[in-house]
Amino acid sequence: MENQSYTISVYTENNIGLLNRISAIFQRRHINIESLNTSISEIDGVSRFTIVVNVAPDQIKKLIGQIEKQVEVIKAFYHTEEETIYQESCLFKIKSDLLLEGGEIQQKIIETNSRIVTVNKDFFVLEKSGNKKEIEALYNYLNAFGIMQFVRSGRIAITKNEMKISSLLNTLPN
Amino acid sequence: MKNQTQTFVEPIEETQQTTHISGAEAVVKCLLEEGVNLMYGYPGGAIMPVYDALYHYQDQINHVLTRHEQGATHAAQGFARATGKVGVAMATSGPGATNLITGLADAQIDSTPMVCITGQVAEHLLGSDAFQETDIIGISTPVTKWNYQITKASEIPEIMAKAFFLARSGRPGPVLIDITKNAQFEKIDFHYKKCTSVRSYRPKSEVDPVKIEAAATLINQAKKPLIVFGQGVILGQAEAEFKAVIEKTGIPSAWTILGVSAIPSNHPLNVGMVGMHGNYAPNMLTNECDVLIAVGMRFDDRVTGSLDTYAKQAKIIHFEIDPAEIDKNVKTDVAVLGDVKETLAALLSKLNKNSHEAWHSRFKELDTIEHREVIEKDLYPTKEGLTMGEVINAINKETKGDAIIVSDVGQHQMIACRYAKFNQSKSNITSGGLGTMGFALPAAIGAKMGRMDREVIAIIGDGGYQMTIQELGVILHTKTPVKIVVLNNEFLGMVRQWQQLFFDKRYASTDMTNPDFVAIAKGYQIEGKRVCERKDLQGAIAEMIASKDSYFLEVCVEKEDNVFPMIPTGASVSEIRLK
Ligand SMILES: Cc1ncc(C[n+]2csc(CCOP(=O)(O)OP(=O)(O)O)c2C)c(N)n1
Repeated sequence: MENQSYTISVYTENNIGLLNRISAIFQRRHINIESLNTSISEIDGVSRFTIVVNVAPDQIKKLIGQIEKQVEVIKAFYHTEEETIYQESCLFKIKSDLLLEGGEIQQKIIETNSRIVTVNKDFFVLEKSGNKKEIEALYNYLNAFGIMQFVRSGRIAITKNEMKISSLLNTLPN
Repeated sequence: MKNQTQTFVEPIEETQQTTHISGAEAVVKCLLEEGVNLMYGYPGGAIMPVYDALYHYQDQINHVLTRHEQGATHAAQGFARATGKVGVAMATSGPGATNLITGLADAQIDSTPMVCITGQVAEHLLGSDAFQETDIIGISTPVTKWNYQITKASEIPEIMAKAFFLARSGRPGPVLIDITKNAQFEKIDFHYKKCTSVRSYRPKSEVDPVKIEAAATLINQAKKPLIVFGQGVILGQAEAEFKAVIEKTGIPSAWTILGVSAIPSNHPLNVGMVGMHGNYAPNMLTNECDVLIAVGMRFDDRVTGSLDTYAKQAKIIHFEIDPAEIDKNVKTDVAVLGDVKETLAALLSKLNKNSHEAWHSRFKELDTIEHREVIEKDLYPTKEGLTMGEVINAINKETKGDAIIVSDVGQHQMIACRYAKFNQSKSNITSGGLGTMGFALPAAIGAKMGRMDREVIAIIGDGGYQMTIQELGVILHTKTPVKIVVLNNEFLGMVRQWQQLFFDKRYASTDMTNPDFVAIAKGYQIEGKRVCERKDLQGAIAEMIASKDSYFLEVCVEKEDNVFPMIPTGASVSEIRLK
């Protein structure tokens, strides 16, 4: 079976060791984590992990089983690209001179819906949110001019269908 | 704040005091609340406050000093496997804690309920590479069901309660609790409440009547059904429910190495062991059955051989408590999630009575072949050297199947599991999933201490015996009457067998130069004997069983015997070799 990109959403209790437990599940099976993000969720006291991996369809089910088996995991879901609305965010640090020369970059900023976070006499910082392709395209464009620093965040994703966490929590004890 | 009047009116409560006690004492009180009266461990700097607290509770908790922390884990495992209760082991930080890892990994893979407690450096020293600081939470994460580091005494009661609940509920497993030294010293008011649930944790699924119905339909329609049962039946205390199901349906039932003893060895529906060194008939017929019913087992690769050719013709039903096991190795047609005690009980009334006589005769045919080709030679050898099989047979004659057999890892383990007879559940204790050499001696000590009413016999190879031989010190110290049989082939036999079969007899680092084992036993004040001739065997075993004290028996066995049948790695179960 072909590998494909899956976004895994894991709702968990907040616990110091849990990141280690979850990442070990991938490491043990020699699976590379493409991106990992942890944050609070829509529910008080419940954390959310968003993990992107490239695996085969039968493998993703086994991974979810292993994740859900962890004591402090409330529920784990997986979705394909089509089933989610997802964004990544990135920052570029670029020489300020380039901003003024010819106005080419300024035009690109408008076109790509990116945003200048700060400017000073040496450099400016550009922020862009979007999907991986859009960010890659902007990166390739700016790379020709010279990028002083680049960083991209992990993926965050919202699913089109409901993930019934609140109602699930209501059925659980405590 | 104390004032004069209060000191006068306060009742004198010495050991019963629950206010303003140390975290260390709270740990001991938690153990008592959980019904622990026996534990294993080894002291050291970071756990000394708990040891000091234990000193005051010696009349209520028997702490047994093993001679190595690994021994403490295996003893706790042996205790747990023989009694069904949670085993407890304790160690200091650093090397004490890391010495627990093998036992934790063993308990994790064999689903053994165990709570390990480790001392840790004081909270303010965490991360400073302090003396005997190791990141035991990080190290033990992959080999524990749950672990937690306590840094404040106030956390102790709740976390300890959670530890015991998690260790024993659902699919059982090991839990490690690491307690910083400051938390052991801090004072708290002690209140204990048993843990009965954890929000994010579902120990077992509700019985799904639709799945029960689907399973029953498949079973009732089956012409050639085969049951393969594992330790789940024992862990779920579902022996009676399981027996009722097989007796009503008449389905031939085969066991995994950890499932044996869930039904008596002489049960007419017991068709033997599956897997690499299992019996001929159940392995061959796995690839002939029309419905394979797996009960509380996890399709380990040592059971299935090559998955590409495993029971492909059969519909698969899987009764299992752990959702992660469903479709993990073998794709199922009907997965019945839940506690087998409940699912099998629900199944029973839906099943038709049957006896499957023609199908049983296939098992008998193949069994006759195995008897002729393998079993007769193992149990009633005509050659000069002693076989491991005849030793187990001689033990059966004396114990009549009433003993707990604790085996180590290697050829003797396979022979012990194949040939030992069992009348009751929880009688076969061995390291199945991890295959931990050195398991048997300490595990047998734990099993015996947990079941003083039963005969406990450890069967160990000359190699594995020397991995935890220091635990003879526990027998010396506690006078625990464990019986020890070392089957000495002067080789790391199982590895030598593979070298013979798959590496052109290049015996790299498998021959052993062994010490005088009887003299070593004597050094620990254990009566011992060495037997090298057939005429002395039965008498020596009778003498060992008759002994009220611990007894050591070394039997010199044929050096280069092999264990058969055998499914070579990567081969199909139906490619099982008889020689
Ligand atoms: C701790 C550990 N190290 C290595 C092994 C690999 N191993 C499996 S069986 C075996 C040989 C065991 O020899 P012995 O204890 O003499 O028993 P025999 O096979 O001869 O009955 C070895 C080395 C293991 N299972 N466990």
